[in-house]
Amino acid sequence: MGVTEHISKQFEADLDTTRTRVLQMGGLVEAQILAAIQAFATGDAALVAQVIENDARVNGYEVAIDGACNHIVVKRQPAASDLRLIMAISKIVTDLERIGDEAEKIARMSKRIHEQGAHHAQRFPAIRHAAQIAVKNLRQALDAFARLDAASAAEVLKEDSAIDDEFRSVLRQLITYMMEDPRTISASLDTVWVAKAIERIGDHAKNIAEQVIYIVKGTDVRHTSFADIERELSKE
Amino acid sequence: MSLTNASNATTAPRPMIQTAVRDASADETLPVADLKPKLRVSKLNFYYGGFHALKNVTLDIAERKVTAFIGPSGCGKSTLLRTFNRMYSLYPEQRAEGEILMDGENLITTKQDVSLIRARIGMVFQKPTPFPMSIYDNIAFGVRLFERLSRREMDERVESALGRAALWNEVKDKLSQSGQSLSGGQQQRLCIARGIAIKPEVLLLDEPCSALDPISTAKVEELIHELKSDYTVVIVTHNMQQAARVSDYTAYMYLGELIEYDITDTIFITPKKSQTEDYITGRFG
Repeated sequence: MGVTEHISKQFEADLDTTRTRVLQMGGLVEAQILAAIQAFATGDAALVAQVIENDARVNGYEVAIDGACNHIVVKRQPAASDLRLIMAISKIVTDLERIGDEAEKIARMSKRIHEQGAHHAQRFPAIRHAAQIAVKNLRQALDAFARLDAASAAEVLKEDSAIDDEFRSVLRQLITYMMEDPRTISASLDTVWVAKAIERIGDHAKNIAEQVIYIVKGTDVRHTSFADIERELSKE
Repeated sequence: MSLTNASNATTAPRPMIQTAVRDASADETLPVADLKPKLRVSKLNFYYGGFHALKNVTLDIAERKVTAFIGPSGCGKSTLLRTFNRMYSLYPEQRAEGEILMDGENLITTKQDVSLIRARIGMVFQKPTPFPMSIYDNIAFGVRLFERLSRREMDERVESALGRAALWNEVKDKLSQSGQSLSGGQQQRLCIARGIAIKPEVLLLDEPCSALDPISTAKVEELIHELKSDYTVVIVTHNMQQAARVSDYTAYMYLGELIEYDITDTIFITPKKSQTEDYITGRFG
């Protein structure tokens, strides 16, 4: 990867700024998930309102970063790792924006769940556990992006199955819960949406990690088995 | 007249279909290791007097494909191109060692007349170099050196060469005017027409668009794309986007050495050598 700098300082600066903005957007999105999960646990209405309001900022980042990518393509005709970086960033911001939408969805659902009766949410530690893994994976994917670390990105791909396991476990619990007390069906269904949103966040984090591998290695690892990816990464 | 037009009209689509069929099979860009070579360069060294300009260059040039040589000034890309048709033979202090095989014959050591080699391996230079004669004679001059054609055959040859070079429609009414009266882009296409009129097997283009405006450049690039159905094209260019646009294979050279040679998309998306990466991403220097 480019250890040396571009001859054009302006190009170097444009790439740096865009990279930094992706990380800022990632930081905001991460905060959104944490706030949404907190709202799910506590039903804090102010927090719900804050998550919904902040989603506009996430959307703003997506549009601005995509615009910056277009600007770089038209001005610089990037090639090789620069090209891969720009193409990947354009995809990464889409995933980050979708994560933002999922966080907003969790916040909205939390409000409804708590309106139907508090404490329901607290019965599902598996949801919070899944959320922790999702946030950790997102953070690691963004770290891998910042440091262009393909090995670290590959770990995210591996970890994603843990979130899927938690999701299935939540579903099983909810089904039991609904069978025991049909009055909870409405709140339970909303809780399913929360769990599903977390599972989707995990998928988006995985997509981001795949893009990091593409930037670093030039190999498109989407829709590839983990074993194949590991084999690809061990090549030098 | 109307008869010939009518017959042209009925026969015209046929070659187009044939071209399309041939293109479909020829379109596949094989890996460098498997390409079908027209020229095989092996351990080529070149010296300008005491200066060692090409160092052990080995590569195969694919038949009926476009191969681009890129690299910073002085890297040897033009020198390599010029060895293919023995341009250096004009200068006694320049010499080449090694092999450039075409159809099994080493072009460096062959006893063949250089003008015969140049008839098989044509060249177009950076600056358009029309001869100070009419547009018609610019094309006919070279043909007369190698073939005796009747007036009618020569007319046909001139028309087909200008047609192939996408210039016919612009000059058909002024064939007796001087070649130097044309615009820069037209002059360059005239030189390409002159090059293909003698029906070479290989066409060498040394920065053919560097003196042209964007529209003329686009026309020449379109022409290069057309030409590869019949010719093996090798192009030297400083414009990396041009190499990416027109070529099937790209060779990156630096200080007389071949650093990386691969399918063009691979060079521009996932180059293997960091030196190539640095050059094509503008990190060089």
